[in-house]
Amino acid sequence: MTAVMSKKVLGLAPMSNNKMIRSFISEKAQALILPMAGIFCFMLLWSFTASSIDTSLGKFPGPSAVATQVVNLIDEHNAERDKEDAFYIRQDARNKLRMAKDPSYQPKVRIYTGKETFLDQIFTSLVTVISGFLVAAVIAIPLGIAIGLSKTLNTAINPIIQIFKPVSPLAWLPIVTMVVSALYVSPDPMFAKSFITSLITVTLCSLWPMVINTSFGVASMNQDWVNVSKVLSLPKHVHIQKIVLPASIPAIFTGMRMSLGIAWMVLIAAEMLAQNPGLGKFVWDEFQNGSSQSLSRIMTAVLTIGLIGYLLDRTMLQLQRILSWDKSSAQL
Amino acid sequence: MLKTTLKNECKKLCRTVIAGLCIYGALLTSSLQAAELGYPEKEELKFGFIKLTDMAPIAIAYEKGFFEDEGLYVTIESQANWKVLLDGVIDGRLDGAHMLAGQPIAATIGYGTKAEIITPFSMDLNGNAITVSNEIWKQMKVNIPKQADGRPVHPIKADALKPVVEKYLDEGKPFNMGMVFPVSTHNYELRYWLAAGDIHPGFYAPHKGDTSGKIDAQVLLSVTPPPQMPATMEAGTIYGYCVGEPWNQQAVFKGIGVPVVTDYEIWKNNPEKVFGITKVFAEKYPNTTIRLTRALIRAAKWLDDNNNANRPEAVKILSQSNYVGADYDVIANSMTGTFEYEKGDVRSVPDFNVFFRYNATYPYYSDAIWYLTQMRRWGQISDDKPDSWYKDIAAKVYRPDIYMAAAQSLIDDKLMSKSDFSDLVGEDGFRAPQKHFIDNIVYDGTQPNAYINKFKIGLKAGDKL
Repeated sequence: MTAVMSKKVLGLAPMSNNKMIRSFISEKAQALILPMAGIFCFMLLWSFTASSIDTSLGKFPGPSAVATQVVNLIDEHNAERDKEDAFYIRQDARNKLRMAKDPSYQPKVRIYTGKETFLDQIFTSLVTVISGFLVAAVIAIPLGIAIGLSKTLNTAINPIIQIFKPVSPLAWLPIVTMVVSALYVSPDPMFAKSFITSLITVTLCSLWPMVINTSFGVASMNQDWVNVSKVLSLPKHVHIQKIVLPASIPAIFTGMRMSLGIAWMVLIAAEMLAQNPGLGKFVWDEFQNGSSQSLSRIMTAVLTIGLIGYLLDRTMLQLQRILSWDKSSAQL
Repeated sequence: MLKTTLKNECKKLCRTVIAGLCIYGALLTSSLQAAELGYPEKEELKFGFIKLTDMAPIAIAYEKGFFEDEGLYVTIESQANWKVLLDGVIDGRLDGAHMLAGQPIAATIGYGTKAEIITPFSMDLNGNAITVSNEIWKQMKVNIPKQADGRPVHPIKADALKPVVEKYLDEGKPFNMGMVFPVSTHNYELRYWLAAGDIHPGFYAPHKGDTSGKIDAQVLLSVTPPPQMPATMEAGTIYGYCVGEPWNQQAVFKGIGVPVVTDYEIWKNNPEKVFGITKVFAEKYPNTTIRLTRALIRAAKWLDDNNNANRPEAVKILSQSNYVGADYDVIANSMTGTFEYEKGDVRSVPDFNVFFRYNATYPYYSDAIWYLTQMRRWGQISDDKPDSWYKDIAAKVYRPDIYMAAAQSLIDDKLMSKSDFSDLVGEDGFRAPQKHFIDNIVYDGTQPNAYINKFKIGLKAGDKL
């Protein structure tokens, strides 16, 4: 197929219209049918093996058990929202009563105290991973550019990066937790401590791939472009803006995509370990509950985590396509 | 001579009158306060718990709106283990928590993390059991006398386990069992049961830096968080454990072990969990403290009302994934007045979980002292202490004054009646000497040192490791 495509592109062997349409259809069909077949086989294999594994919590959940749980979890979410509405109505009534007794009282609306549903947990995890990732990007990209441009800086910082890069952020977690508890003290904090802890953990693990890839991209820039910039004697900031950034976008995005993938994996583990709100906590809580539904709920969470990880990656790719001048670099 | 005596008498009289006036004044102000209990100083609270059925008063106070009635907006959050929970309360991440009775006591005397934690509310009586794996049960069962119907005679004593432990030791295999925390009720109950059957569970020697509790031990006890108990036993790391519900019934349902004895049989109506807050919290937010105690008392009463009529509803609430989360049937097995031992051997234990009857919620000094005696018995308290020390510590941690203020204001607000607290009028905080222990030793809270000396296994007055 690629051979045909390249020929077409190069215009070496002009095809008849008919042939082109046929090849287009078969290409589309393949892109659709093959994955479908793969998923179907996987489902078959999954439900077959699931039914033959017996755990002390009952049978291993198959596709149908997971489907049931998806419905359950959404129902639970809706039920919780109803409870939330009732909570606010009760609170409002209580505030009014107190105001009637004590006119100087300033009514205050407190946020809902009920449990976080599965959908809430997904949202929490997503917000955490994206914020941690953005913080990392803000630090890593300028740092990477600086390192890539200056050999001196590179030699100075490289050993530190090499030492910290292989450290699992989970090893940092206890230290981060203690430091956050000690330093992040305010009577009315804007963010929860658990959120800050998770965010820093995500930042720590997203940092290194981005720094390394960015500096690599900058350092391996096409020398001709650098020379052009020199000839035009562009000021430093214009040089970075017009030459360095566009040239290293593909490498930066490779680093970002890698980071985001790692960050998402690490976040789930960190949430499990630190009991911070999010999908990881959901999985751990269900494991602790040990009810007959626990395994299928965990399985649902596992698939959700995978799906979200995939979507995050695709989003980054789409972003790269939009930002990059060289569209061919943004391939899967 | 006469003059001086007279003078002295006069002074004494004066003092008595002044003291009397002071007490009267204090009573007056306190009753005034009780009459118009102010709004809570802190309205948004976060409470921690461990996934056990005895956290029920907190869940019920939330779900039935008792917290909201007090103007408290409470978030309830499950904790990974007892250590995380205690640290949360100490560092202020949590405002209060469902705690092991030993935790506030140990924190106050500085065993483990040192912190001043108090308890105005005792959460329940009983509710634990000791479970052994199927393999151990098979070997134990032959040593247990049978009833006419072929079922084992209860209570099962550790005497039946002793030959099994000896066999393992002869083969050079360590005999491991799990409990949930070094100062947990479960640790002391498991030790009590083992020692009553002449099996040595080991001493602690914190002054030598030994906090593993395995000195001279025949059975090695280690810490495992409650919800992980069944899985750890299934993996073969431990041969048995002592834990709260539903983790014993879980073992029956999963078919991986057999509960052999409940703590009701080890010590009838033993105090179990408490609600712990820091002393600073209670001083800074007095109204909040009384109000949360009120909510918890109402929840406990609801749980025991009309002869446990509300229990099925409570079980339904507890089986939600954000509370205990185990299956309804598993939780119901112990909460609704029955207990399943060996698969199919369901016996009636109406008082397996007591939340309000028998003054379950009142924080008795004598309960705190019992925990202290066990800490001394097993060496967690290295040195001899006078009886007065035991009483002082108990009075520091257990706060019946807050409880009674809450009870009085509930009566004043007509939310509960005087008869609900009728036994507590003039209560001095010491239960009458308690008899119903598995080894028939009588416990008198006013004589802690004499009590410690009664045990065959354990440190006695004057002993030091």
